[in-house]
Amino acid sequence: MGTLRLPLLALALGACTGWAQSPTYGLGKTPSADEIPAWDISIGPEGKELPPGRGTAAEGAKLFLTKGCGGCHGPTGIGARAPALVKGGPERGQPIPQGMEGMHMSPDTGIMALRSPYAVTIWDYINRGMPLFKEGTLKPDEVYALTAFLLAKNEVIKEGEVMDAQSLPKVKMPNVNGFSDAPPWKHGQPRLAGYP
Amino acid sequence: MDSKKPGRRRFLKGGAAAAGLAMGAGKVVAADATANDMAYSKKDLIAYGERSHFVTSIREPVPGRMSPDAFGLVFHVTTPLQDSVGIITPSSLHYVATHRGSFVPDIDPKQHRFMIHGMVDRPLVFTMDELKRLPYVTRVHFLECLGNRSGAKAKTVQDTHGLTSCSEWTGVLLSVLLKECGVQAGASWMVAEGAEEVKGASSIPLAKGFDDCLVAYAQNGEALRPQQGFPLRLIVPGFEGIYQTKYLRRIKVVDRFYMTYNDYGHINPDPKVTALTVQWGPKSVITFPSGGQQLSGPGFYDISGLAWSGGGAVKRVEVSTDGGKKWQDAELRTPAYRMAHTRFGLNWRWDGKECTLLSRCTDELGAVQPTVAEAGKFFGDPPDKARVRGTDNSIQPWIVAADGSVRNGHA
Repeated sequence: MGTLRLPLLALALGACTGWAQSPTYGLGKTPSADEIPAWDISIGPEGKELPPGRGTAAEGAKLFLTKGCGGCHGPTGIGARAPALVKGGPERGQPIPQGMEGMHMSPDTGIMALRSPYAVTIWDYINRGMPLFKEGTLKPDEVYALTAFLLAKNEVIKEGEVMDAQSLPKVKMPNVNGFSDAPPWKHGQPRLAGYP
Repeated sequence: MDSKKPGRRRFLKGGAAAAGLAMGAGKVVAADATANDMAYSKKDLIAYGERSHFVTSIREPVPGRMSPDAFGLVFHVTTPLQDSVGIITPSSLHYVATHRGSFVPDIDPKQHRFMIHGMVDRPLVFTMDELKRLPYVTRVHFLECLGNRSGAKAKTVQDTHGLTSCSEWTGVLLSVLLKECGVQAGASWMVAEGAEEVKGASSIPLAKGFDDCLVAYAQNGEALRPQQGFPLRLIVPGFEGIYQTKYLRRIKVVDRFYMTYNDYGHINPDPKVTALTVQWGPKSVITFPSGGQQLSGPGFYDISGLAWSGGGAVKRVEVSTDGGKKWQDAELRTPAYRMAHTRFGLNWRWDGKECTLLSRCTDELGAVQPTVAEAGKFFGDPPDKARVRGTDNSIQPWIVAADGSVRNGHA
């Protein structure tokens, strides 16, 4: 990583102004070697931080029930109180229960496995935020399996495909072109030229 | 409560007498005060005061939604802007909007740690005590939820605009901390993450982080409130609410947009809409007279309202009392801080006829608050189908009827 960065550093030094820094106050502790990976649960779209492990949709289908996911999202992943995770199904067209408006995005377009431009985002969110009240307890194999389950149920990958640190970032998501970057932020720059 | 009355009365009398003696001023022990003391607890009078029980202004759930919802996760409560004065929102009345917000984490500040790592030469972990030893700044900034949209169903300014509030924040500039860590060349984004159950995280341009972001531990002269991120939150001035990361535990410096769960929820295929979603444009609203209020008859009134912009300081606020035919400059009644609510006012003599009140903000970048029609026209909407993309900073009409009642002009 460090050696890779050197040419980048040389390249970018010219463009990068005013960020040359040295410590002034000497406060704060240097984290130990195992502290950073223990804290760092951010997985970027390229999946560089994905841990070793593997999982399939069939394994995920079992975990979806045994880990309690189905309790909130419904045994089939749709039609219950928590946001729908799976497209289609007999539950489609049901009115949203009163008081649940905020939890339900519109069918299909709001389903994470279809809306997220990157499959890695699903892995990251299951890993950090699920299951409810037991967040952060799933093992990497289990997160890979649950991610594979959601992708297969929404026909993004095939049933038997193994999801791991190599295959997951390569999954071609249906909405990969469904977002745009905001223009680079600059101090004193209006949001959108010509907008009132 | 009743059983404690005699004791409390004795205590109050004793306390008041002692205070009078200590200050050497008999007038401290006023007869009226003793009679009214019963309305307040010992805690109110000594430890942590509360407002008068005659003052009943409260936060309310966004209309049409339960807070928390039936699942107990979604929480949207609004600031009573119709009762606001000046520019500081009392911390107790600050809006809250979150999808996990009914679970407010109970964080011991002694145990809390904040780490900066990623593309830095020296990753660092800070305790709260260490952060408080560093040079701090105190700044006034508004926060506003992307969901703060006016519409036909809303009745009051709390309904139309109540998902914005403004506080005085104290903390360390993030630039100070980033320089301590030494950000590496090629870094362009950062991911800010909270310590709550779901560890909500957002991608933020690093240039914004160096510009004016604040790692805040205090709000309005005291520690942050639990619903506002105690013990530490990131303030990203002028950006929409989701970036204002509560319970801040980690910033990872990276070289690309990270597409977190929070990020993906706000994506849009149109780059113009994306540009209007991150940062708030110039915005204003009249808080008096506003929807649901009642004028008692023709005569003098002081029109009052709030203006703000994510692009910097408010430069100008104009008010129209005839639905936009004529505009006149309002007075700015407070300092116009950057990315902060600014109070404006206009002396007005109402003739008793139905009229439409509007306000329009211009910010330091020269951007002007649009009407819904103007916002829609930019995207080619026909006038009757015009809508606002991204953050809604459109002009709010209030109609004053001949009987003095005030209603939402979008209705």
